[in-house]
Amino acid sequence: MARILVQEEAFDAAAEAAALAAGRVDVGGIASFTGLCRADDGISALVLEHYPGMTEKALAGIAAEAEARWPLTGCTIIHRVGRIRPGEPIVLVLAASAHRTAALEACAFLIDWLKTGAPFWKREEFADGSERWVEAKASDDAATAKWQAGGAAP
Amino acid sequence: MAVQILYFAWVRQKAGTGAERLDLPEGVTDVAGLMAHLATRSPGHAAAFAQARQIRAAVNQEFRPPSHPVADGDEVAFFPPVTGG
Repeated sequence: MARILVQEEAFDAAAEAAALAAGRVDVGGIASFTGLCRADDGISALVLEHYPGMTEKALAGIAAEAEARWPLTGCTIIHRVGRIRPGEPIVLVLAASAHRTAALEACAFLIDWLKTGAPFWKREEFADGSERWVEAKASDDAATAKWQAGGAAP
Repeated sequence: MAVQILYFAWVRQKAGTGAERLDLPEGVTDVAGLMAHLATRSPGHAAAFAQARQIRAAVNQEFRPPSHPVADGDEVAFFPPVTGG
């Protein structure tokens, strides 16, 4: 079972990784991805909105798909919502497995799918009080589509 | 019975509300028909749905296309393409 959290608070990536290996000796590697808030165009903050209820279901579905495709010993998805400042973490994806290929591929799959398959929306805030919704990127759709074709990284 | 409507991101801002309940009007049977009906509710709703191709929908918390049926008791959400991660 995957560990899925949607929360306003920051997360401890090291503690989350340690938890995936705690008390077991069959984990050969843990791949991780941490997404951070960039200061694109001088933004003062990102505000993340989501669809409570559907978000957790969508993330659990994406994690279940990864667990079906790769022999994972565990995986973790933590996505923050609310106001996030440049330099702060937004999202954590961890995939643990006996071997590195499964862990690395599953981690990449999870973050690619999360970007197009979970109901989050980002709004950029600027110092002058203006704001702008982030637009979806075609490159994110392409990143998800490549997993639909074969299942392995290109 | 009624349908629960939810709006997110700029669709919510333009519609001027995040949630509303309404009785499904006669003749409205799918997501596209519901969007066309909602657009008539206020100038804000009209603005929210003005560019229908930029709107995505979920029915009972699953992403669904405009042709998907809607029925009494459904929860239907409208929002822009997602931008998480």
